[in-house]
Amino acid sequence: MERVERVGVTGAVADVGARPTGLGELCPRRLSRPPWVRALGYFLFRWRRTFRSTLAGNFVYPVLYLAAIGVGLGGLVDHHLHGGATAAGLSGGSYLAFVTPGLLAGSVMQIALGESTYPVMGAIRWERSYETMLATPLEVTDVLLGHLAFVAVRVLTAAVVFVAVAAAFGALASPEAVLAVPVAVLVGAAFAAPLMAFSVTRERDLAFSTLQRLVIVPLFLFSGSFFPLRQLPGILQGLAEATPLYHGVALARTAMLGTPWRLADVGHAGYLVVLTAIGYVLARRTYRRRLAA
Amino acid sequence: MVRARRLRKQFGDFVAVGGIDLEIRRGEVFGFLGPNGAGKTSTMRMIACMSPATSGELEVRGRDPATDGPAIRAGIGLVPQEDALDAELSVLDNLLVYGRYFDLPRRVIRERAGQLLEFAQLADRAGAKVDALSGGMRRRLTIARALVAAPELVILDEPTTGLDPQARHLVWERLYRLKREGVTLILTTHYMDEAEQLCDRLVVMDRGRIVAEGPPRALVAEHVAREVLEVRVLPADEAAVVAALDRHGAGCDRLADRLCAYGDDGDALLAAVLATGVHPEGVLVRRASLEDVFLRLTGRRLVD
Repeated sequence: MERVERVGVTGAVADVGARPTGLGELCPRRLSRPPWVRALGYFLFRWRRTFRSTLAGNFVYPVLYLAAIGVGLGGLVDHHLHGGATAAGLSGGSYLAFVTPGLLAGSVMQIALGESTYPVMGAIRWERSYETMLATPLEVTDVLLGHLAFVAVRVLTAAVVFVAVAAAFGALASPEAVLAVPVAVLVGAAFAAPLMAFSVTRERDLAFSTLQRLVIVPLFLFSGSFFPLRQLPGILQGLAEATPLYHGVALARTAMLGTPWRLADVGHAGYLVVLTAIGYVLARRTYRRRLAA
Repeated sequence: MVRARRLRKQFGDFVAVGGIDLEIRRGEVFGFLGPNGAGKTSTMRMIACMSPATSGELEVRGRDPATDGPAIRAGIGLVPQEDALDAELSVLDNLLVYGRYFDLPRRVIRERAGQLLEFAQLADRAGAKVDALSGGMRRRLTIARALVAAPELVILDEPTTGLDPQARHLVWERLYRLKREGVTLILTTHYMDEAEQLCDRLVVMDRGRIVAEGPPRALVAEHVAREVLEVRVLPADEAAVVAALDRHGAGCDRLADRLCAYGDDGDALLAAVLATGVHPEGVLVRRASLEDVFLRLTGRRLVD
């Protein structure tokens, strides 16, 4: 690579008459990384410190839930089913197989919540890392995309570990179950994008715990993860089917049970894609309003 | 380096910057002086291409921030008011991460980081967590970070606010070195001594407008005089003293607790006051400063 000799600690040339320019412009680059990738790079770099504990958490979560609910509670459910699991609406043949995709989608939603609320506030108010990035060639959309991509990476990692653990539990029917990983990333993005759009507007973090209690927990419990929605009274059933997690659970179930893909799955995926897109467009607006005023 | 015409920034109904003209030349140290809320930071953010102007023209590094923000920022180093360092990362890592935003190769950043840590007198702290640094060290690290991409323009928003005198002098000395190397510096301050020490030229801002502009000494010469006499007298004697100063042709400001009179010979002013037979409770003759300029121009003190 060509070297440009510069004088002094600043790197600016000593002769004021000669036009000093930024090193950023002087360094001939072989391949320039897109600005949003540089933002992602920061979050990844920062993650190195806690990567092991994150991974341990990603491992422990499915182990505990699959053991307690899939195997423990599931054994009881399977034992008491009259007329077989399928007749009861438990696709997959066992409660373990039924509940595993639900747990995956639910845990992905919670990771998305965790990563797109407090960290967004932290990046604005505590470390001020957004502001720091915006003083460099990065633009608001780069910062947003980079952070969103980081949430996707977090979800991806968790999903890979989850699927591996589920396989060890014998909860997966076919190799096709690896498709649950991209499904999980989509579910994560569909939650993260609108949540980030919301978080960036907050001055204080009070709303985040409210969100957890009033939105995320009900979604976790009533989106078809633990029991088929037909157990719910009609109107509630319709309501539950309108929520994003329901579509995530349904899609993950098709992937993990190895059942044939149906038109409904396209609908589920479409719902999540549209939600991601709406969330992203909203986030671009709220991010701009907050960070580039 | 920076040209602004009728530059304006408005937040809703609030006018932060009310249409200012600026011309900042390459290689100079240019200061924005004014109290909190004068519009300094808003102006700074517009020049740093982090905040769009509401109206008016702005040109930074020969380009238009509205269309060329990233390219302009590639050659700007910003030292924000609050340090914004990542407390979870080490001193060195803060520099490495920052350099990556400019897409500099890792090898180049490492080399630069080593030099900059020397420059900031933090070389022995490279591995330390930011949490363990003093306020002065953090500020120097923030300045070092702003220099990672070798900017031709460095913008500092209140670089020494909150630092003790020793730390402040160290920062000044480093900024002086940057100036010698040909870097253009723009800084805001509400410290008069800082502006006098560092700035080639400055503007005094108040309520979103520029109320005076020029080199520090020229501003003092133009708006006040070389020397200032401060006298503290009983309220009953005030009128007589003001009259005596008036006869002497000296401008005079009444503050809550004292009178300030401006003249080329402070001792002569004092003699005139004493000639009235009034016994002042306290007197001080000193060189006029930018603080006096601000007081004359706005009728208010700069730092409350």
